[in-house]
Amino acid sequence: MARLDDRTREVVFRTQGLTKTYDTGEVQVHALAGVDLELFGSELTVLLGPSGSGKSTLLNILGGLDRPSGGRFWFRETELTRASDRQLTRYRRDHVGFVFQFYNLVPSLNARENVQLVTDVAKRPMKPAEALELVGLGHRMDHFPAQMSGGEQQRVAIARAIAKRPDVLLCDEPTGALDSHTGTQVLSTLQRINDEFGTTTAVITHNAAIRLMAHRVIRFQDGRIDRIEENDSRLAASEIHW
Amino acid sequence: MHAMDLKLFRDFRRLWVQGVAIALVLAAGIAVIIMSVGMSRALNETRSAYYDSNRFAHVFASARRAPDSLISQLRDIEGVAQVETQVRSYAILDIPGRAKPATGLLISRPELGEPLLNVPLLRRGRWPEGAGEAVVNEPFAEANGFLPGDTISVNLNGRKRAVTITGTALSPEFVYTIGPGALMPQNETFGILWMQAEVLDAGFGMAGAFNTVALTVLPRTPLEPVKDAVKALLDPYGAATPVGRDAQQSNAFLDAEIQSLEVMAWVLPPVFLGITVFLVNMVMGRIVQLERSEIGLMKAVGYTNWEIGLHYLMLAALIAFLGVGIGWGVGSWLAQAMSKLYAKYFDFPFLVFGVPLSIYALSAMLGLAATSAGALSSAMRAARLAPAVAMAPPAPPSFHGSTLDRLADLLRLGQPTRMILRSLLRWPLRAGMTMLGMALAVSVLVASNFFPDAMDEIIDTAFYQSNRQDMLLLFDPDAPETALEEVRRLPGVLQVEPQQYHAARLIYGSYEKQVPVSTVANAADLARVVDGNGQVIAPDPFGILLSDRLAAALHVEVGDTLTVSFESGRRETFEVPVTGIVTQFFGLGAYFAHDTLNAMFRQSPRVSNVNVTLADPQAAEAFQERIKDVPRLMGTINMTENRLSFMETLSQNILIATTVYGILGMIITVGVAYNAARVQLSERARELACLRILGFGKGEVAYILAGEVLLLAVLAQPVGWVIGYGVARLMTEGFTSDLYAIPLVLEPATFARASLIVLGAAAVSVALVARRLGRLDLIAVMKTRE
Ligand SMILES: Nc1ncnc2c1ncn2[C@@H]1O[C@H](COP(=O)(O)OP(=O)(O)OP(=O)(O)O)[C@@H](O)[C@H]1O
Ligand SMILES: [Mg+2]
Repeated sequence: MARLDDRTREVVFRTQGLTKTYDTGEVQVHALAGVDLELFGSELTVLLGPSGSGKSTLLNILGGLDRPSGGRFWFRETELTRASDRQLTRYRRDHVGFVFQFYNLVPSLNARENVQLVTDVAKRPMKPAEALELVGLGHRMDHFPAQMSGGEQQRVAIARAIAKRPDVLLCDEPTGALDSHTGTQVLSTLQRINDEFGTTTAVITHNAAIRLMAHRVIRFQDGRIDRIEENDSRLAASEIHW
Repeated sequence: MHAMDLKLFRDFRRLWVQGVAIALVLAAGIAVIIMSVGMSRALNETRSAYYDSNRFAHVFASARRAPDSLISQLRDIEGVAQVETQVRSYAILDIPGRAKPATGLLISRPELGEPLLNVPLLRRGRWPEGAGEAVVNEPFAEANGFLPGDTISVNLNGRKRAVTITGTALSPEFVYTIGPGALMPQNETFGILWMQAEVLDAGFGMAGAFNTVALTVLPRTPLEPVKDAVKALLDPYGAATPVGRDAQQSNAFLDAEIQSLEVMAWVLPPVFLGITVFLVNMVMGRIVQLERSEIGLMKAVGYTNWEIGLHYLMLAALIAFLGVGIGWGVGSWLAQAMSKLYAKYFDFPFLVFGVPLSIYALSAMLGLAATSAGALSSAMRAARLAPAVAMAPPAPPSFHGSTLDRLADLLRLGQPTRMILRSLLRWPLRAGMTMLGMALAVSVLVASNFFPDAMDEIIDTAFYQSNRQDMLLLFDPDAPETALEEVRRLPGVLQVEPQQYHAARLIYGSYEKQVPVSTVANAADLARVVDGNGQVIAPDPFGILLSDRLAAALHVEVGDTLTVSFESGRRETFEVPVTGIVTQFFGLGAYFAHDTLNAMFRQSPRVSNVNVTLADPQAAEAFQERIKDVPRLMGTINMTENRLSFMETLSQNILIATTVYGILGMIITVGVAYNAARVQLSERARELACLRILGFGKGEVAYILAGEVLLLAVLAQPVGWVIGYGVARLMTEGFTSDLYAIPLVLEPATFARASLIVLGAAAVSVALVARRLGRLDLIAVMKTRE
């Protein structure tokens, strides 16, 4: 049973009328059609919504991987709306941890080296081994991605994301490719990081069951926030099944 | 080690076959740079050091007999620094224990002190002190096993004289030592003898006179006025036109060698470096495409654009390191082999034959520049890739329906063949470059073979059709034709034929050419004039017959009247009609009928050369033993041996050249074909796996993979032939000089051989890649996200 509320009132992310339009030639796709949102310190948020509703687009922008077409957004006090390439790189390097649906490990590097890829350039990172211990993979450090199961690969990806002690952890369908059991393990890891380090965490998912472990649930529809739910009580990840 | 560096090395290890295939192409370019640039620099530096320390002259002139009083006037010519006069003459040498006569060039040494110019360098023993002593050039001594104290016999103007060898020497005038009429150095039968001036003065009636002059000029003095002044002073005494270093025989050969090295340096490395750029570009392009998501990830975790771009440049740099390393090794080895060859043909007293370090550095920079240029666009693409886009799977390449489809329908082509054709059209630039790469391989093979083909033609006309004599005897230029009878009476003689050689200036309007004019005996059989088609041409008795290149140089045609000013013989000037022009490969020939020239000079018949054929090898020995005693004979040329040694050296060189170029052609082909097939395999792995799952056989799938590259290889053949023909054509033009013209001869077999080698190498490369197809893990390929 997770503690109900250890959130701080610090605003980590703030967006104001954020839009993103893709021009594909024939049609304009409004991936984001004006998003106003605040995410708080130490908060674990789950983003739900139908396919194509703009979840990934929002996360990519918040993570400094992409730029909005309109509106503004801030990380803490810093406005990143018109940040330069160099500033965004700096921002990602120092503050953001990513976890992707397809793990995105470098196949030619083993587990420890995949984590080291991040610790090499971070300011005050953990040791790669420490990060791998945290996700329960201390004994698989020398294995290459091809030698690991999907869940294990995803946990390496999480170790890689947390090894730099990021301020925010952005996860795009981290359990999308995993079965219920492995998925639960991965979610537990995320929850523990959120608890222990107070890392602001946003998780995109199609699995409505997962919403039960969040502080807040943000529902997307057609590039807009449809509604936001506050959970009165949260479940531990281990209690979630699908 | 950083994780990025680990990734770098692991990626390189995974790609090592491709890396090596590219590195070998690069290495070929680097090796040629080390060898050609290095050796030309080394040769140049060795030569200038030698010339400086031994004061090699700037202008060389000769006369028949000029009085010593002229020396002070020569010194007074504006801009002249130093003057050295000598007496020189050819003479027959009789070497004890050897039947074959040798020819010697006798050179006088000043009575007091050392020579001022073209200073010979004593290598062993001491300089001659008495009349019966001589120092010989080192290669001559080595070839004959002479030691100081040995004695040979010298035919001094008809009188035989025993001469003791007191030492050996080398001279900057004879770095490339070649006897009269010889095609390459024959140190056994041609030597230089330095003797005291009094001996030559007495022997040749040259007391108080000289027949050779060398001089240096002050820095920045133009040579032409000096030459003209020398000519004017010596003219009353039978001068030949003075020449500069460029026409000094030994130096001209060195120039030619340095120039051919330079040509090689300019032609070959750009081809190899260019192909390297293309291959790196193709392979890196594919790698960056494959690693899109990894690039996205690296960006997501905060690596900068610069770090990512550099990562891919470094991957290419590893290829450069490998290629440069191999190239250095092979290049150094080649340079060493070359310097051994030079040590054999060129007589330098010291060898600065090391490739300068700066050339190694330069070649490494060029190698790195080539791989970086190849990787640049891919590295920039990687650096510029927007991270959000990189994380998403790439859009499938867009194929369009085209006229090709209708054509395919018409031809009822199967789906696999259509896939090949579509892919060609989808990446036309890459397909074009792949084809061009293989075409260049073909052209290298064709162009390198043109030389042997052409040589066969030249040798046949020059040696076996025009000049069929066994021996050429060189007489004093004024020998009466009775000499012919003397030779005829010698043992073993089958045929004799008289000939005259004269230096002459041919003048037509403002055009002038200094050439040797020779005569052709009536109904000549041994020394004939043969045109390009193998037709024997006899000079018309009323005029002069010119080779085509000489006629072109003088801008004359048949029927024009030419001024012929003889610089030897009776030194008269005539107006002569041009009665014939003949196509020839060698020399700038000008011919009179033998009797015509005698009539023009209003003199009893003379000979300067006698051509001889001998009955059989046994006869040759007795003949050679006896000619040593023939008076007025100044030298002999054994044409049979000349031909043999020339052919031997030539076939050796040709064997080396064809092997080297064959290897180079294969390296290019393998580099291009293997990498093209690997990139194909990588791009189509999913597609091919799909086909396998759908039930296509291994052979059909291999056909799709191999088909594109092999189709390009076949298309490359005619293109390569054309390029090769063009390069050969440029080379014939580049090689054409006064000395010879190389005909553009390319046998069909040459084209066929080039194509066989390239198609074979391409097939092997593609087969190697197709074998990987057998190991393709169908499930793994389908499961992985591209
Ligand atoms: N590069 C692009 N070019 C054009 N349209 C794009 C691009 N990326 C995303 N889109 C469009 O933007 C919209 C939002 O995409 P986004 O990836 O944010 O959706 P999502 O909510 O993450 O969906 P899913 O749950 O399927 O991942 C979609 O309609 C998508 O087609
Ligand atoms: Mg998404």
